[in-house]
Amino acid sequence: MSKMADVIGKHQSQILNSWMQEMPASTRRTDLIGETEFRNQCAHFLVALQDGSRDSETAGDLSRPEWQQMRDLLGEISQSRVQLGFSPTQVATFVFSVKSPIFNVLRESLGNDPKVLADEIYRASLLIDELGLYTTEIFQRSREEVIRLQQQEMLELSTPVVKLWEGILALPLIGTLDSARTQIVMETLLQKIVETGSSVAIIDITGVPTVDTLVAQHLIKTVTAARLMGADCIISGIRPQIAQTIVHLGVGLGDVTTKAGLADAFLIALSRTGLAIVSKAEAV
Amino acid sequence: MERIPILKMGEFLLVSIQVDMHDRLALALQEDLTNRISETSARGVLIDISSLEIVDSFIGRMISNIAAMARVMDAETVVVGMRPAVAITLVELGLSMPGVRTALNVEKGMDLLRTTSAKNRVARTPIHARKS
Repeated sequence: MSKMADVIGKHQSQILNSWMQEMPASTRRTDLIGETEFRNQCAHFLVALQDGSRDSETAGDLSRPEWQQMRDLLGEISQSRVQLGFSPTQVATFVFSVKSPIFNVLRESLGNDPKVLADEIYRASLLIDELGLYTTEIFQRSREEVIRLQQQEMLELSTPVVKLWEGILALPLIGTLDSARTQIVMETLLQKIVETGSSVAIIDITGVPTVDTLVAQHLIKTVTAARLMGADCIISGIRPQIAQTIVHLGVGLGDVTTKAGLADAFLIALSRTGLAIVSKAEAV
Repeated sequence: MERIPILKMGEFLLVSIQVDMHDRLALALQEDLTNRISETSARGVLIDISSLEIVDSFIGRMISNIAAMARVMDAETVVVGMRPAVAITLVELGLSMPGVRTALNVEKGMDLLRTTSAKNRVARTPIHARKS
């Protein structure tokens, strides 16, 4: 059994009390977290610390199963505190602040042997630093998760398929087209074609900033897939710069019908479905 | 051995693929269909693949081949009802079936066949016999 686990076990309540008293107000944040809850978290932390450091051989390795309880606890603490409005520094400082009471207790019980004391303090210091950094890592991971979710949401929001008329669909594309997005665009468009039984689909690329060879290839794939299902595709919204890039790059859009504006594409789509727009005066 | 039924509807043939195509079945269909076109001198063939869930490159090529053969025998071919997943697979496999006409469903496919066959009929009539 390691000396640290031994000492923590013996002096648990003493460590807990001095830890809570000495903690700086900026770390404690009484305005955000209640006394009982805080005390509970601290007590759990000490128990987990004792459990994890019990075997001095494995104490330094946080990925060991002995540290499972500590990892769970730190994960919970750092996630709940970030939600409460703590900064990641404050959460890490909370862990670091346990050093002083533990060192005090170690000094009291091992004071007669300076060499062992120095060793133990060094080891405890390393361990607690690692625990503190672990909370930051958790914080970062939860942030990344939020970013990933937002990206996914944006991806879903950014590919709406709208019905312009009976049998005519429009797909206004906004933002850069990469492989993942094209896949989603293709799937939603084809699904919508089946659902609505539309025979013409207009892909509007006014909002696509650049069209390189890859984007062109993605567009052609989408058009070909739609054609295989029996729907015609028209690409509209080709801006002057894009027309120039397409020709300079030598990208052939094949025999896909292209139009400068959505309005022109809509007129073509109407005529392909056997409809026409007539002004009222002419109709009379 | 199981076979895919070929139904005659007026001057068109209707092939509805309701089972999963395997290679031998596709070959049998190619044989049967070409025979039926010559027997009935059909003007058009409609292949409904709305129940087909899985295609590989062989089946994709067979469908395209069958359509090409029918065209050589002067029957327009329309493939209808391809599922989105099948369409994506074929495109990813690089089979874009350039010569095959397609339609969303049997109804639209029939319309397409009728209009093209009407056009062809005009084209086949000798010029002096055409109505002005």
